[in-house]
Amino acid sequence: MNIPTSLKYSKSHEWVELLSDGTAKIGLTDHAQDALGDLVFVNLPEEGDSVEAGEPFGDVESVKAVSDVYSPVSGTVCGVNEAVMDAPETINSDPYGAWLITVENLSQEDDLMTAAQYEDFLQSEE
Amino acid sequence: MELKTPLYQKHLEAGGKMVPFAGYLLPVQYGTGVIAEHMAVRTSAGLFDVSHMGEITLAGPDALANINYLVTNDCTDMVDGQVRYSPMCYENGGVVDDLMVYRCRQDRYLLVVNASNRHKDARWIEEHLTGEVEFKDISDTIAQIALQGPKSYDILKKLCNEGDIPAKYYYFKQDVSVHIPGGVAGDGPIAVFSSDGTAAAPKPDVITCVVSKTGYTGEDGYELYCANEDAPVLWQALLEAGEEYGLIPCGLGARDTLRLEAAMPLYGHEMDENITPVETGLGYFVKLNKDDFIGKDALVAKGEPAQKRVGLKMTGRGIAREECPVWLEDRQIGITTSGTHCPYLNHAVAMAMVEVPYSAVGTEVEVEVRGRKIAAEIVKLPFYKKGQPQEK
Repeated sequence: MNIPTSLKYSKSHEWVELLSDGTAKIGLTDHAQDALGDLVFVNLPEEGDSVEAGEPFGDVESVKAVSDVYSPVSGTVCGVNEAVMDAPETINSDPYGAWLITVENLSQEDDLMTAAQYEDFLQSEE
Repeated sequence: MELKTPLYQKHLEAGGKMVPFAGYLLPVQYGTGVIAEHMAVRTSAGLFDVSHMGEITLAGPDALANINYLVTNDCTDMVDGQVRYSPMCYENGGVVDDLMVYRCRQDRYLLVVNASNRHKDARWIEEHLTGEVEFKDISDTIAQIALQGPKSYDILKKLCNEGDIPAKYYYFKQDVSVHIPGGVAGDGPIAVFSSDGTAAAPKPDVITCVVSKTGYTGEDGYELYCANEDAPVLWQALLEAGEEYGLIPCGLGARDTLRLEAAMPLYGHEMDENITPVETGLGYFVKLNKDDFIGKDALVAKGEPAQKRVGLKMTGRGIAREECPVWLEDRQIGITTSGTHCPYLNHAVAMAMVEVPYSAVGTEVEVEVRGRKIAAEIVKLPFYKKGQPQEK
């Protein structure tokens, strides 16, 4: 399992990159894309929508099932990855490059794990 | 506690993601993924473990009469080596299961039933038998492997004599010798020792199977029935023979997307104890003019159905699965029974039971998916026909 050390992780298998301009970039981890299988649809919020830590902000659909995606942070959506909506399969092939949304006005973080903690968490889940 | 099929180890070795299904652990997909597995069946070939299916034999002078009383289709004009599909109904016309009737001989039949209904069907059939007929549930001794796709004949021909391969769809051959390359004939060594010091029984050079030209994918293909202990060797031999054609093992995920694309009904979705086969669109397999059968009176009394199965093509963004309400403006006209994204067609489809007056092909409807209404259109079934080119 690929778990970049520069990122933070949520228990619901999202990754967060806290950027230098104070915004957060959010995506799905390698474990998540592997568990979901071939993704064919992504439903994302719009710029200006608010997101809340621990609450779903969208969903991803594989051939077999649909899964909510949870926000690890609270704030306002300032960017939506249109490219990933057109090509959901890039989440499978490049989970850390295929970001979903960026969020500003960060107010709250859910309990976020480091890469090492996430790796332990994955092992304990098995 | 789930059961394992004889091919469980093979699935693990091939990287199968095992899930519980109908009381068995089966691969939903392998490392290749549902889409690649689906496309393999449409363009070359795929191999499926379907050992979880149930097999029941009925033999004796009254076997045929019993079968014809239990099922809605007419089996009296079948010939040896023929297969016939039929629903089996309750007295009220709802469906117990849909199954395949294999006529081995005039007084000997094999019934192949859905894995999820095997115990229910066995009890139902046994309870309703009359006269001179012997019932056996042989499901636990029989394994089944499905080889499906345009290359399946070329692959099977490498292992079987051409005359042993059924030529026509819905026919089968018994006692087919499948030749196992590298196998050893009966009176060879008792064990073969490999360089790591382990000993294994040598694989046989021939496995005897029933081979039917049937399938649940909408492609040419075969279903092979063998004894449990022969299944791993047969599976391996087929995979090796098919490698040059691109044959890969395929899981339950692809099995479902393939049958949905071909608009084949699935028990528990398009039909169940509350849906008659006529409503499901299987009226062709219900012979109301034959002698009495279970459910005949009710089906005759019901007359023309008030709801019917239609196909939906999702035109808006989203995938509808089962149990999504179907709306025509502000009136709910039905509910979906199955749905998915179709890898070959590259769009989402669903099947739904819809009130007959609103079921015309071309009707623009909305399907409610997790609180959102997504645009869809009623289309002709099947969504996919064998050999149809991909649009893009």
